[in-house]
Amino acid sequence: MHKEYLTVTNIVGPLVIVEKIEDVKYGELVEIEASGGSLRRGEVLDISTERAVVQVFEGTTGLDINKSKVRFLGRSQKLGVSEEIMGRIFDGSGNPKDGGPEIIAKKRLDINGSPINPQARDYPSEFIQTGISSIDGMNPLVRGQKLPIFSGSGLPHPRIAAQIARQAKVLGKEEKFAVVFGGMGITFEEANFFIEDFRDTGALERSVVFLNLANEPPIERIATPRLALTCAEYLAFDLGMHVLVILVDYTFYAEALREISAARKEIPGRRGYPGYLYTDLASMYERAGRIKGKRGSITYIPILTMPEDDKTHPIADLTGYITEGQIMLSREIHRKGIYPPIDVLPSLSRLKDKGIGKGKTREDHADVLNQLFACYARGKEARELALILGEAALSDMDRIYLDFADRYENEFVRQGETESRSIEETLDLGWKLLCMVPRAELKRIGTEFLDKYYSDKQ
Amino acid sequence: MKEGKIIRTAGPLVIASECLGAKMYDMVRIGELGLIGEIIELREDKAFIQVYEDTTGIGPGEPVVLTGEPLSVELGPGLIRSVFDGIQRPLDVIRAKEGDFITRGIQVPPLDRKRKWDFKPAVKKGQVVKEGDFLGEIEETPLIKHKIMVPPGKEGRIEEIKKGKMTIEETAAVIKGKEAEYRIRLFQVWPVRRNRRVKERKMPVNPLSTGQRVLDTLFPLAKGGTACVPGPFGSGKTVVQHQLAKWSDAQLIVFVACGERGNEVADLLLSFPELKDPSTGRPLMERTIIIANTSNMPVAAREASIYTGMTIAEYFRDMGYSVALMADSSSRWAEALREISGRMEEMPGEEGYPAYLASRLAEFYERAGRVVCLGSDRREGALSVIGAVSPPGGDLSDPVVQATLKVVKVFWALDDKLANERHFPAINWQNSYSLYVEHIKNHWKEETAEDFPEIRQEAMRLLEEESELLEIARLVGVESLSDSERLVLESAKSIREDFLHQNAFHPQDTYTSLRKQYLMLRTIVHFHNLGIKALKDGINLEDILSLGVREQISKMKFIPEKAEGLGVHDTFIEVDKEFKELIKKKG
Repeated sequence: MHKEYLTVTNIVGPLVIVEKIEDVKYGELVEIEASGGSLRRGEVLDISTERAVVQVFEGTTGLDINKSKVRFLGRSQKLGVSEEIMGRIFDGSGNPKDGGPEIIAKKRLDINGSPINPQARDYPSEFIQTGISSIDGMNPLVRGQKLPIFSGSGLPHPRIAAQIARQAKVLGKEEKFAVVFGGMGITFEEANFFIEDFRDTGALERSVVFLNLANEPPIERIATPRLALTCAEYLAFDLGMHVLVILVDYTFYAEALREISAARKEIPGRRGYPGYLYTDLASMYERAGRIKGKRGSITYIPILTMPEDDKTHPIADLTGYITEGQIMLSREIHRKGIYPPIDVLPSLSRLKDKGIGKGKTREDHADVLNQLFACYARGKEARELALILGEAALSDMDRIYLDFADRYENEFVRQGETESRSIEETLDLGWKLLCMVPRAELKRIGTEFLDKYYSDKQ
Repeated sequence: MKEGKIIRTAGPLVIASECLGAKMYDMVRIGELGLIGEIIELREDKAFIQVYEDTTGIGPGEPVVLTGEPLSVELGPGLIRSVFDGIQRPLDVIRAKEGDFITRGIQVPPLDRKRKWDFKPAVKKGQVVKEGDFLGEIEETPLIKHKIMVPPGKEGRIEEIKKGKMTIEETAAVIKGKEAEYRIRLFQVWPVRRNRRVKERKMPVNPLSTGQRVLDTLFPLAKGGTACVPGPFGSGKTVVQHQLAKWSDAQLIVFVACGERGNEVADLLLSFPELKDPSTGRPLMERTIIIANTSNMPVAAREASIYTGMTIAEYFRDMGYSVALMADSSSRWAEALREISGRMEEMPGEEGYPAYLASRLAEFYERAGRVVCLGSDRREGALSVIGAVSPPGGDLSDPVVQATLKVVKVFWALDDKLANERHFPAINWQNSYSLYVEHIKNHWKEETAEDFPEIRQEAMRLLEEESELLEIARLVGVESLSDSERLVLESAKSIREDFLHQNAFHPQDTYTSLRKQYLMLRTIVHFHNLGIKALKDGINLEDILSLGVREQISKMKFIPEKAEGLGVHDTFIEVDKEFKELIKKKG
């Protein structure tokens, strides 16, 4: 039996301060019984001989100082897992939400995980075909990568994420990805969209869902992504599955973290976010990857909405510094009615170089990719120039590039929500566009590929 | 050993009482698990401890063992090819012991105690030796002879000297000093926060060749110099650091991955044994030491990691080697400092960073330099330091960038816009600078070519002129420019695309020797000069621009290094030939 304390002295925002405690450890899981008998969970954030600062996951609404009972459970928060976890839906604290039974745990795993020894990591190098040209062609994703989507409010990131989850496959292999989906502070409608989409396509039975909705306690959001990742680690490294983790929306997560930090009166970093936001995000993002000698992998697509579409906002900025690239969505392209509105220039995949080329995608992939980037950048520059000086002021070459940029957006980037293009189709489409440009301009492409693929007959 | 008692735990910070007698920066062991920590503040009998491992499960009442020793590293054979965490625990040993994930409280010696090394003595019995003198050497890898030196502060007459196979703990030599007898083992222990002493410091005058054209030619770093690479995410900081680790002509590389990605470390580990050092043809791993404290590993150990790396680098410098240390990224180190400072409730300076940020950074970079090492032979060693900085949003007014710029001499500014255009390395040629150019000019003239500094100057001038002309063109249109001005634009573009742009992942393009760099740039500048002359002779700009040799120029970078002299020089001759024909035909 655990000792019960009735010594709550302060309740501040999501924090409860308990005094006159004994033998409490840092990071310990806490159970709080409110006066009505309802139970909440929390975690020790700061512990001294006199007092413990406890962060309450379900929020402190309805707690009082006199009657709340606090029990320290002597262990950190854990997730019970077994093969039965597939196809299930849980809330943000890991309790079943689909009306099904509790999971009979084969293993109980600490949701904070442990860092992968860098020496044990295997470098991700297997190309994942998502069927989306602006990702596969320009910023290819590989197995074990963490590649976030930087979105903005109102942009169709749920549709893109669902499309990736539906279409993702490794070339030459038939195995499907298991999907672990976590929602942090998203609306019911958004969550429902994903679940319905998974259900319609039959993906639900190879998925595990953790949901913390917008009307649920913000502090629970701190645990949600960790539960999802712990589950993913189990599926990948214990059961040998290839797991795709999709977590929306990290902006709400960071805001919850800020709320706790403010309640603790910590010295704030940029825009009020705590100075340890980087370390905190990294402790989750870095859980993606592959391990030498293990079959499974964790490919990780966190999604965040940039406040005011500002990528220098701390959440986006720090994420970009940890993840292996980013897929950037653009409001401008979205307004043109182009789906998916992926802005390829500021997007990036850092792991692409080992995942593409001969034997993986196609020999000319790297060169085509670089050249498309360069041409599109030049075209956008020409477009800006035309805005200022008028199209008449453009040189002939500028006009070719301007035309290139327009066709690139309309033919290469634009595609249907259910259209899955093979990597050959994507690259051939790229060549079709590159052939608009005179051969001497294509400096980023090796002669052997120009000889093979270039033709100016169009 | 003395013991204190924990009274508070808050993340990586632990406070313990009953610690009277403890010294600042002493190492301690915390709790039943024996986690490693370091004392960073003392108030009466309370010690403030930063803990190098996750403190979950640690609470008040648990013991804190005071070791009385400062946080130190072991310096001896076995360092090279190793991958250590921030406090010098070998990650491969941890993996063999604990599995794929890093657990806590692991105690493993940094250097292998069992391995036997072949010690070849360099002194004889009866000889008098001073601090820093070589006692002998061990061939640690085919590239590095590990010198066993008399530790600083010791001197005397050799009483005994061994040879042959031995472990690092065996006594290799006995020195009889004035007051005491010293038994010298194959390794030394040195506190990470203290610089290793040198005899004298000198100005860095020799360039550190990196094989990267924009760096070597435009913004060179000297051996023993300091450089910083700031840039927003995705601008290629890490690729630049990796390229330097791969291709720079330092004899030994210490790579500190400080708070960065695990997969990047995996990349180094998988590619370095495969890649060959361009000057010796041996695997790069034979001259590399990696310190890996990735972003998800404990934050306090991140703070220590750059000192661990620096001390190891200094040790090899003391042997007379040219060493280069890469720290990726110093911003993560500064953030670790900020996190600990915040937990200690210190008064924050700019952006929440502690007020001592700038002085700590300056101390760190000052440990670089070209020096005369301890030892009677007055040998020279050099330690170059290249720090990546990751300012939020790429904003260069960030306190870490500003504090770094005050101390480093080379600034490689990475640029978002260039990166978006996939112009890599995305080093902005207008903001970047090197204060070593004047110092190493003579070296260039003697080793590369007499006219190299002038050609470099000419290229810089073209790039500068280009930016001015583009400004005009933007306002009034390209038509307003004269033909010679438009030729300047074309030539500058050729410098940018055919010379500065370099593909790190292309087998030929990834490395260019200084000689080839010179030949390439000379060809481009030569084309420009002949072009200007031809314009004066009344030749049309269009005819000049449609010369076939321009495509040849753009492919110079792909000419293999071995055929270098001929290949690139052929293009140079071709420029001459085509201009002659053009003038004959039209003029």
